[in-house]
Amino acid sequence: MLSSQIKSNEIVFGSCNKDLLEEIIFYGIGLGADFVEIFIENTDNSSVLAEEDFITSVSPSFGRGAGIRIFKGKKDGFVSTNDLTKHGLMRSVSQAIEMLDITDNKKEVFNGLNQHRDYSLSKKKWINEVPSIHEISEKLLLSTKSLKKNNKIITRKGSYSRNLQEVIIASSDGTYASDIRLHQTVGLNVIASDAQYRSSGSRRFGSSGMPNEFRLWDHEKSANDVFESSMNMLYADYVDAGQMPVVLANKFGGVIFHEACGHLLETTQIERGTTPFENKLNEKIAHESVTAIDEGISEGSFGSLSVDDEGMEPEKSVLIKDGILKKFISDRAGELRTGHKRTGSGRRQNYSFAAASRMRNTYIAKGEHSKEDLINSISEGLYCKSMGGGSVGATGQFNFAVEEGYLIKNGKLTSPVKGATLIGEAKEVMPKISMCGNDLELAPGFCGSISGSVNVTVGQPHIKVDSITVGGR
Amino acid sequence: MNSKEITTQITKAADFLNLKKWDYGASFSNDYSVQVDKGEAKQLKASQKQILTIRVWNQSNLVGITTTSDISESGIKKALKQANIASDFGNKNESTEFSPLAKDPIKDKEVKKRNPVGIKKLLTLLREAEVKLIESHESIKSVPYNGLSESFFERVYANSEGAFRSYSKSQAALYLYARAEEKNKKPRSSGSVKLGYGADDIDIEACIKEASNKTISHLNYSSIKTNKYLICFSPESFLTIINAFSSMFNARSIIDGVSLSNKNSIGEKLSTEALNIYDDGLHEKNISSTPFDGEGTPTKRLCLINRGRIENFIHSESTARIFKTTPTGHAGLGSKVSVSPDWIVVEKSEENFDLKTSLDHSTYEGEFVYIEELNAIHAGVRASQGSFSLPFDGWLYKNGKKISIESATVAGDIKYLLKNIVNIESSQEVTTSGISPHIWVDELSITGDA
Repeated sequence: MLSSQIKSNEIVFGSCNKDLLEEIIFYGIGLGADFVEIFIENTDNSSVLAEEDFITSVSPSFGRGAGIRIFKGKKDGFVSTNDLTKHGLMRSVSQAIEMLDITDNKKEVFNGLNQHRDYSLSKKKWINEVPSIHEISEKLLLSTKSLKKNNKIITRKGSYSRNLQEVIIASSDGTYASDIRLHQTVGLNVIASDAQYRSSGSRRFGSSGMPNEFRLWDHEKSANDVFESSMNMLYADYVDAGQMPVVLANKFGGVIFHEACGHLLETTQIERGTTPFENKLNEKIAHESVTAIDEGISEGSFGSLSVDDEGMEPEKSVLIKDGILKKFISDRAGELRTGHKRTGSGRRQNYSFAAASRMRNTYIAKGEHSKEDLINSISEGLYCKSMGGGSVGATGQFNFAVEEGYLIKNGKLTSPVKGATLIGEAKEVMPKISMCGNDLELAPGFCGSISGSVNVTVGQPHIKVDSITVGGR
Repeated sequence: MNSKEITTQITKAADFLNLKKWDYGASFSNDYSVQVDKGEAKQLKASQKQILTIRVWNQSNLVGITTTSDISESGIKKALKQANIASDFGNKNESTEFSPLAKDPIKDKEVKKRNPVGIKKLLTLLREAEVKLIESHESIKSVPYNGLSESFFERVYANSEGAFRSYSKSQAALYLYARAEEKNKKPRSSGSVKLGYGADDIDIEACIKEASNKTISHLNYSSIKTNKYLICFSPESFLTIINAFSSMFNARSIIDGVSLSNKNSIGEKLSTEALNIYDDGLHEKNISSTPFDGEGTPTKRLCLINRGRIENFIHSESTARIFKTTPTGHAGLGSKVSVSPDWIVVEKSEENFDLKTSLDHSTYEGEFVYIEELNAIHAGVRASQGSFSLPFDGWLYKNGKKISIESATVAGDIKYLLKNIVNIESSQEVTTSGISPHIWVDELSITGDA
């Protein structure tokens, strides 16, 4: 008797919480909410840092919390808490109701939760299958050792992080789902120095739902890649600024599409009135060679999900087809406020954020050209082999740092150059992507926005932009 | 569970696990925030959050750590156990100890703690601010990024040798970013952020006025020709640059080989003798001030650059020991203890030496670029290499007129920038990240579309 009482008064992970969740939702609907959503998570994370030939940091963490969202009309109130007792959750519902100042007597109907969709069944063993800290440490030390290729390398770092997140999602439309998500990333960084010259190199790799992936990581290959990049850039001159054609490499080159265009296709941007594409559905917004996709279903990709943070299975959304805008990325609030159907893209960093429309695996589809075709077509320009981060301003202008760049002269790659920044505006640059390569590849990353930092994949084949402003010195 | 109870629970659980040496940092917060969209409440948010970070030392004096939001009796026990396991992988190459200053008295500073005004009042204030901002100019069509929040939090540090510190405070923030549109022109956007101890302390009118003036001043824009220009950095933009390259003063970064400085850089001349830079977390204008750092070391004012020369580095306990000095109150609490500045204060030294004092942003009639705000710092700064290439908002002053600059970047090297400071204006301005006067730098590269 005592045991069942305890269970019914607190969320217990791995157990059926249906009665308690229904009670909380009934409570919110009874107080006049149009819609009640409960998101609960339990996390178990760890990270390890190797510097030179030592492990210098091991940081485990764990936690749990709930985010409760109440809608009334198009307004929403969101309350997060670490208190997962019935009392704590009901108090959060009351707080959200009070914030929204709900006073009318109109009551929505809640018919109870649907059958539980449990996406976690085959994933409960993951926690025992991921590499141990000992195993991670050994491999990271091997990777930093592999970076020690000459005495110009003055700093070597290898880092690993693992996030295991167990979620329960329930809402007054009957949604009741649970899942376990596993994300692992590993990164390598070096700084090279020779007299007054300095350069750096870095690469990051990541996966979702693949406990064995870190064991399969080819650290030698990655170390060679990072080392070569830093050596190539060590004596590079600063690039001359100006307007020029550029070729952007595949994989992380896709960060520009993600930042400069992808964000403008999220319904949160329509809600704010900050996207130039708001009324452009079925109109041409890009060169006809461009087809762009956002999806959450590629197995193992960093942005893939079994179910989004609002309980919807992710779909494959063709955003742009042959240059024509076909779809926006939408979540529940986006559908309510803009009319664009949900795409399984409601995402959040953790329980303390309300979900928002966010990208998952976002990429430009492959074309028919080889990388050489693209470079050969340029008499003077820039090849951006590796991109750093970037940002997009409130009115759509973007800028991105080029981590590893090479001048193109007469259709050939020539000397390495540093200090380049690509500057432009999505609306103007998208029509200038005139050639897409046939070598689509994806790369993992983290995207920060309104609902926090989420795991994403960016990607593209090699692409040619006919003209863009390159910042330099 | 309150901070005293947490300390008791940790003591009990540590005894049970035979852990003799431990410390912890905890924070408890309640936050409330609102956003509006054309007069309507858009999202109203409240959160209650607690975070506990525990470090333990094992018998080999190696440190392990765990962080959790589960501050229950079982959560604390689990955290101690995990930290103990993690200590097997503690850094053998660099030890960590308690700060020798963790029990030193803390400098008294008046704590301005406010009571919550509540979501309804926050909403009313923000709605009014949005309306006023939109009405301030016909071109301002919306305020797409806006928010008003208030936070109440408590922070605690304690260790097994009896150190115990805690403080609680309140803070409120308002941000308004307007979007202006005119026919046949690109939309322009700018904004303002204001902080206060509570919502009633925020100067909302000043925030509206600043957001409006900034946005309107960018309506007439033009691209700029790529070239080298005389630059005037606004206080905010100069502080952004100094913070971005603060690894020059950071002992942790020096040890890790990612700083432009080295252990012998104290005394190195970086700039004109007219330049002084301090880190002053306790400054009366710093609303976010904290009286102690993650290791319990008291916060204090520290001179980083004195008359153009590096005077001090910022330290944690372990970096201070390596440098044979004392901790400076700039540590975090982590498996590898981070070090970061609190609040930068830039000053002109008493003797003005070789400055071109005719350069004043409000009176100078020659050609120069005024950099109001630097963007994309995370992408455009290579702190370990000293280089930067950053987009900015600003104006070109030419022939007595000023025009907003469209899509441009400023690029250079931090050491070059500091060496080429040609004037430091007399009047300082308070920003959300520190205090600085306007700073003039000769010959920096600007890339534009023209």
